[in-house]
Amino acid sequence: MSKDKLVYSARGDVIEAKKPVVVNRYRGFTRANHWLTAGCMVVLILSGFAFFHPALYGLTGLFGGGQTTRWLHPIVGVVLAVSFLGLFLQMWKLNLPRREDVEWSRNIGDVLKGNEENLPELGKYNAGQKLVFWGMTVLIVTMAVTGVMIWEEYFPGLVSIPARRVAVVIHALAAVGSVLILILHVYAAFWTRGTLRAMTRGTVTGGWAFRHHRKWLRELAGREDGRKAE
Amino acid sequence: MKDLAPEPTTAQANPPVQPMESNLLPSDVVRVSATSNVPQPERQLTKVAKLIDVSKCIGCKACQAACVEWNDTHPALEENVGVYDNPHDLTPEMFTLMRFTEYENPQTGDFEWLIRKDGCMHCEDPGCLKACPAPGAIVQYSNGIVDFISDNCIGCGYCVQGCPFDIPRIHKTAHVSKKCTLCSDRVAVGQGPACAKACPTECISFGTKEDMIAKAEGRIEDLKSRGYDNAGLYDPQGVGGTHVMYVLHHADQPSLYAGLPDDPQISPLVQGWKGPAKTAGMAVAGLAAAGAVLHGLLARPNEVSEHEEQEAEVLVDQGGRDNDGGQA
Repeated sequence: MSKDKLVYSARGDVIEAKKPVVVNRYRGFTRANHWLTAGCMVVLILSGFAFFHPALYGLTGLFGGGQTTRWLHPIVGVVLAVSFLGLFLQMWKLNLPRREDVEWSRNIGDVLKGNEENLPELGKYNAGQKLVFWGMTVLIVTMAVTGVMIWEEYFPGLVSIPARRVAVVIHALAAVGSVLILILHVYAAFWTRGTLRAMTRGTVTGGWAFRHHRKWLRELAGREDGRKAE
Repeated sequence: MKDLAPEPTTAQANPPVQPMESNLLPSDVVRVSATSNVPQPERQLTKVAKLIDVSKCIGCKACQAACVEWNDTHPALEENVGVYDNPHDLTPEMFTLMRFTEYENPQTGDFEWLIRKDGCMHCEDPGCLKACPAPGAIVQYSNGIVDFISDNCIGCGYCVQGCPFDIPRIHKTAHVSKKCTLCSDRVAVGQGPACAKACPTECISFGTKEDMIAKAEGRIEDLKSRGYDNAGLYDPQGVGGTHVMYVLHHADQPSLYAGLPDDPQISPLVQGWKGPAKTAGMAVAGLAAAGAVLHGLLARPNEVSEHEEQEAEVLVDQGGRDNDGGQA
């Protein structure tokens, strides 16, 4: 196997230690990129919900009042869009759908029960993670486009008022969708023990990789062999 | 104690001169933006209306001048581009605007100059108020006046989407939405709106809505007797009627008058966005979050076993190959 052919892993993913096995899953840049995106997302959800429902308008107090929140929300939105683009460029290739995703999805019951022995071996991402990735991609693009259309301060006359009405509805629906995906994302990271450290320390244990992403681990192990032979 | 000012029933009469208390109180509010439980007011003010008889307008713009003067706004000087509309559109500093339309009547062959004083219609069911996310930024008084309370306004522009008449304008430096107030501050002290006061032809009149409808009926009868068979009152029911009404010579075609909507309604998109979508969105997001927290606390987590850690060591030792030497 050629060491250059990366099908299931990214160039930066390496096995850091062998006894016990520790695998580097996300380098520092990716982690910082992720947490910047996450921070923006939190600000956007809190400020966006303030405008979504009157019962939550009090959330504007977190940002110094309604005027400041109205100003801040779209600016943080731009930061998030750029930040997410960074994540997208780093992750899109390994999130392309593969045949094993179909089987994994078909056995979603075993996924929820934690019976991973009944599931196919997977690369760096399972179909659920890919759903989060592509779902967020579509929704963030949608919210960025519709958000600019209703950005009163800087683009007041960009589109007609009827178009703005459509945009504001789509923006709200996409926002609810992205919140649902975020809940799925955070929940899965907690429920699947040993996952969070991939985004904090950057590493996962060998057992975690073996259990959830065995094809990814295999490829990394194979690559190390390749290097040793040199 | 000073007396409450009387409710004005005309703009023509001179106002009382003795100092009087405002008669448009916070307790007279019947609708408040982003607020569901508005207390029932103790009293019902008489419904008021401004009647604009388009057939009597001479396009002098005295109403615009009076509006600017009373509200102390400062519309920017613009360039003449060959039309009479000045400024070219409503602005955050210009709450009312004469819109001039040149119309060649196909029936009579006559050239008609239709001049409509544009501005907030003060809808009985205001779309701006429905769309507004800021509690208390838009209120409706029991006399029908829809007013923007700038202190509570956040300048988001949702009222622009909500309005069926394209009226609100967001101020570029103050970052608040602006429009005609129906001179709520004048009405509060017994005076009619400044524009109606200034109008030299009594094209603009002000009074109780009932009186204004009666007055309009007289005018319409007169217009019909002069050959305007389609003369009529513009008090569109799609928004529950308005507190600014027009007498139109061609009431069958309101859109002739610089695009006055034929059948204005709050857009179904705005209704859906501010109605079911809001409730359903909150419910779905709330349930998902609660479900995730509960499941996370109660359900068995997905844990990696010690056995799997050992398997991983073997796999890595063997360069990713299984015990039998082949790839899985």
